[in-house]
Parts: sequence; C-alpha cells; structure tokens
Amino acid sequence: MLIKHKKGWQETENSVTDESVYINRRTVMAGAAALGAAAVVPSALAQRDRVLAPLAARPTGYNSNESLTPEAAVTQYNNYYEFGTGKGDPFQNAWQLQPKPWSIVVDGLVDKAGTYALEDLIDFNALEDRIYRLRCVEAWSMVVPWIGVSLASVLKKIEPQSGAKYVRFETLADRAQMPGLRWPVLDWPYTEGLRLDEAMNDLTLLAVGLYGKEIPNQNGAPVRLVVPWKYGFKSIKSIVRITLTDTQPDTSWNISAPREYGFYSNVNPDVDHPRWSQKRERRIGEFGRRETLKFNGYGEMVADLYAGMDLRANY
Amino acid sequence: MSPLVPTTNQLRRVGKPIVFLAMLVPAVWLVWNWWLAFQYQPNGLGFNPQEASNRFTGDWALRFLLLSLAVTPFSTLVGSAKPVLFRRMIGLYAFFYVCLHITSYVWLDMLFDWMELWADVMKRIYITIGFAAFLLLVPVAVTSTKGWVKRLGARRWQRLHKAVYVIGLLAVVHFIMMRKGFQIEPLVYASILAVLLAFRWRKLMPARWLARA
Repeated sequence: MLIKHKKGWQETENSVTDESVYINRRTVMAGAAALGAAAVVPSALAQRDRVLAPLAARPTGYNSNESLTPEAAVTQYNNYYEFGTGKGDPFQNAWQLQPKPWSIVVDGLVDKAGTYALEDLIDFNALEDRIYRLRCVEAWSMVVPWIGVSLASVLKKIEPQSGAKYVRFETLADRAQMPGLRWPVLDWPYTEGLRLDEAMNDLTLLAVGLYGKEIPNQNGAPVRLVVPWKYGFKSIKSIVRITLTDTQPDTSWNISAPREYGFYSNVNPDVDHPRWSQKRERRIGEFGRRETLKFNGYGEMVADLYAGMDLRANY
Repeated sequence: MSPLVPTTNQLRRVGKPIVFLAMLVPAVWLVWNWWLAFQYQPNGLGFNPQEASNRFTGDWALRFLLLSLAVTPFSTLVGSAKPVLFRRMIGLYAFFYVCLHITSYVWLDMLFDWMELWADVMKRIYITIGFAAFLLLVPVAVTSTKGWVKRLGARRWQRLHKAVYVIGLLAVVHFIMMRKGFQIEPLVYASILAVLLAFRWRKLMPARWLARA
C-alpha cells in the first residue's frame, strides 16, 4: 500500500481553493489583464517569437497544490535587466536572444573543466516537473511550473574538487543580443553564487522549461537557476559559465547595494529590505497581500543549511 | 501682433479649458482601467496593477510638477507673460496627481493598513522623503488663490511658494531612491530639474550671497 507522507511545504488537497471560486476571483482578473496586454502587442513581435517545443518531463513530489500563476503573467511580467528595467521590457526585447546553440564554460576547482554544449550538461531525458513558489525581493510572488534537472546532477558530472566551497554563475553579456547592457544598471555580466551545500540541495534546480515547453527567452533561456527559498534575483538566467571556487564569489546585486542584497538573500519575513517590508507579498493575480513564509515555505528542506547562523547578519 | 498668437482673453476662455481637459486625461485613463480591473475586464494596468498605478500616478505628479516649474523660464524665453496664465492650473494638477499617488498607495496597495503605513513612513527613507514633499505641497496648493496672495502679502506668499523648489528636489530624490540599481529614467527627471533650477539660481540665492560675489 502506498502511504503518502506530506511534507510541511506541501499544501493539503482541501486547502486548495475551489476551482470556480478561484476562476472567478483571481484568474479572471489576471487573465483579463493578460488579454489586455496581449491586445497591445504588435503582431510583428509575435512573428519574431521563438516557437517553444514541448518538453517531456516526469512528475515529482515537488508539486505544491497551489494555484499556478497564469502563463501569460509568468512570461510577460519579468525582471531581466539585460533586456530593460521595465517589467514588460524582457517580453518585448528578449526575442533578440539566440538560445540555440548554447554552450557553458565550466572552470575553477573541478576535475572536468571545459566548454560544454548545453545538451552535454543537462540530460534532456531526465527532466522533472517541479512546481515552486517564486518570491521576488520586490515583495511579489508567483507559483511556477518549471521543468529541469537538479543542479546537483550537473555538479556531479563536472566533479567538484575537494577544495571547492562555492559555485559562481554568470549570465550572457552580449550587447548585440541584450539591449539593456547599454545602461550601467549593474556591473555586467550578471553574476550570482551559492554555497556548495546550497547548490547540492535537491531543491536547487537548473530549469530549461516552463509550463510544459522550452523556457522562453525572457525567463532565462536556455538554462537558468531556480533556488526557491531565496529571493528571485539569486535564480540567475541564461547561464554561460559555472565556476567552482574556494572563496565566496562576488554577486551583482551585492556589489551594487551591499546593505540591501546579501550573499544569502534567503526569503525571510523577519528581515526587511532597507527600503521596504518583507513581511508580506503580493501573489500576482491576487488583490491583497499574503504573509511571506520563512525560506519561502521550504524551511523543512533547507533550514539545516543555516543552523547556528545569524540570519540577520547573513541576510 | 500676428493673428496666430492667441490673445490673453482667448487663452482664458478657450486655452484654459483645453489644457484643463488635457491634463485630466491620465487620471481618466487610470480610473477607467481600475474600473475595468474591478469588473475583471481586459485593462492596461498589467499583472501587478497596484505597482503600475503607484508608478503611473507618481510619474504624472512629477511631470506636472516639473512642467509648473518650467512655465516661468519659458515665459522669459518667449518674452511674454501669457504662459504664466497656466501656471497655477499646472501646479494644482501636480498636487492632484500627488493625491492620486497617495490614494493608490494607501488604499489600493496597502489597503489602509495604518500600522504598516506608519512603519513605512518612519522606516523607509524614500517614503519619508516622499511624504515630506507631500506635506510641503499642501500649504502651497491651499494658498494658490488670489485671496491668499492678498492675505499673506506678495512677498510672504512668494517666499512660501519657493518651497516648490525643495519639493521638486525631494520628489526627484524619492524617485531615484525607489529604483533598484543605477537607472536612467529618474536621472532624466533629475537633469530636467537641474536645468530648471539653473535658470533661477540668482533668485534662489539669498541676496547677501550675491552681494558678496
């Protein structure tokens, strides 16, 4: 007999909002907004859009039964400053990105350094469906059905050496493809980092798909990180380089405003951003705000990583 | 005088209503789109309508504030006092959009969560600065009528209304601080304000500073 043990971060079946209520009160509003936005998009843009191939993935236990954020919102309301700082800019401009073919430089403290084709790092026959909450540092959130593989599975392939303690990631920085690079909003290229044990945690995902298809350019094609217990900016997009290091890597937002964005940046309602409260968040499609959960509700799987650490000092 | 240049009387009777309606357009757009949003209809506010409306009202408040500051230099430039006919209306519109900005934030965004709002004003410096700009703008808006010029006397009235330069500075700082990273858009507004202030640096300096120079 199959006995299903529910983890703390999984929602119970009966906590799910009844579909009719949900459709009437939430989706319609967001869906309507999507229609409105779609109506103003010039048809020329649609022609330049990539055709996103469907991706086969196997279901996993990572499937919180929360209402998914509508696909239109997930793909048209983005922060990806390489394509502009407006929320709609990435959707408008990201067609200029060429995600195929894609290669990733692997270097630093690894035994299998080199330049890999994306398909050699990610096993497209082992893709998993994973539904995660995404909490942006700007106090809004989404529920996103990603497709990808655990970062751990990729790290095992490249064989970190015993001295490796951190993983550094780098986003593409090509002016020809990314109009936002003209402005010095951040010190390009965008870089992010994780401690190796954070990187090896099973929750940490390398996503190549979204909503059953290849990941759209504006969401970080062809491969991005997803670290659901940290603020969204940690989940770096369009990765071109993975480096294993023995020292904590510099990260873009930390360099830009060290007081506001720490290296850890775990979702934490008890530690405010200096300019706004992190206690609550707006789930995109909902009118009011809901309480923000510590570690974005994934504490059961990740709190141990920070045992004994002062999360106020290590924000 | 060229027949193409309207007379003061024409500006009063026709020009003013046209400008009045033109400056009302953003507010009408906003209210209309919120109404659509509440009816679950397609609307232009996007996926985070609260964020969109906070920014929209803030943008227009700042635009009209800078426009009101541009009237006098423009009037000097064209050598006519006629543009000044519109100055009060533009200034009051700036105040009106500031009020919409605060309504959007306090009602639609924060849902009258007074505890959280008070914490915001006290703890978030950019909100403190924005709130200070609003508080300074209230007496300027209230005393915008001819009656108040008489009651205060031209000299005191003018001194009070110089607060608008401080308000402009606070508003631009509020905007710069609100953005993440190094962003161009608020700096464009800051540059426009700098140009407008440069036009009247002599007037703004205390007389004794100029005498010393």
